[in-house]
Amino acid sequence: MIRVTRKLEFSAAHFYHNPNLSAEENRRVFGKCNNPHGHGHNYVLEVTVAGEPDPKTGMVLDLKELKEILDREVTQRMDHRHLNYEVPDLAGKIPTCEEIATVLWRILEPKIHQGRLDRIRLYESPDLFVDCTADGMKGAR
Amino acid sequence: MKLSLWRRYSFPASHRLFRAEWSAEHNERVFGKCANPYSHGHNYALEVAVTGTVDPATGMIANLADLDGFVQQKVLDAFDHAYMNEQIPEFRECVPTTENVCRVIFQRLSGFPHAHIEGVRIEETGKNSFEYAAPSNP
Repeated sequence: MIRVTRKLEFSAAHFYHNPNLSAEENRRVFGKCNNPHGHGHNYVLEVTVAGEPDPKTGMVLDLKELKEILDREVTQRMDHRHLNYEVPDLAGKIPTCEEIATVLWRILEPKIHQGRLDRIRLYESPDLFVDCTADGMKGAR
Repeated sequence: MKLSLWRRYSFPASHRLFRAEWSAEHNERVFGKCANPYSHGHNYALEVAVTGTVDPATGMIANLADLDGFVQQKVLDAFDHAYMNEQIPEFRECVPTTENVCRVIFQRLSGFPHAHIEGVRIEETGKNSFEYAAPSNP
């Protein structure tokens, strides 16, 4: 099996606030990320597809097609957006790296028809990143 | 689908790779420059992975402040600017190769109360890195 990874970057704003918690509790739980004016990151997304190369093309999947999927589903949806207000898939969720990665996994997984989505790694910063991996047995929600 | 949160830390530390029961020649043959009696050091980069369910109230597997505090207390307070052979008790029993540093740090972190520590990865230099994962059925 071969794993092919494509990488892209998008920039977006967010802040963390749970309307069911008091202002004080929000500040305690979310710290600086609770600032209602929001702040931003350059997110880096790595998308890994696993499969066997097609003997006719030598490719697990057509990377041009993957790039088009990522442009349409990720860049157009999230690049230069405010994740709290402009991305309906995140409505009602706190837009943490965990929740964004989960949303992206659910959007991308059914769109990959050659090979299968194996991992997405979303970097909020070089020090903080999240992996979503194909694992039907554990952690399925 | 399984979700893991990774957090990256760094600490400079020194070590020397040698076994007291071996001759100087044998230590040098096995460990090369790393057997230098004066020791040497690295800027280690430590990555810690945690897994668990995302709390819908916070959107988080674990609060980073909790994870940072735990890693600080269990690992960085001891390892940062330390000579590992002498100042980390676990290395009285084993050689502080980065393989063993991974295992020792994983064991120190495994009691994290807020999420499951899935594994650790350490870069000793830009050229080599080591990964230690929890057994698959914890």
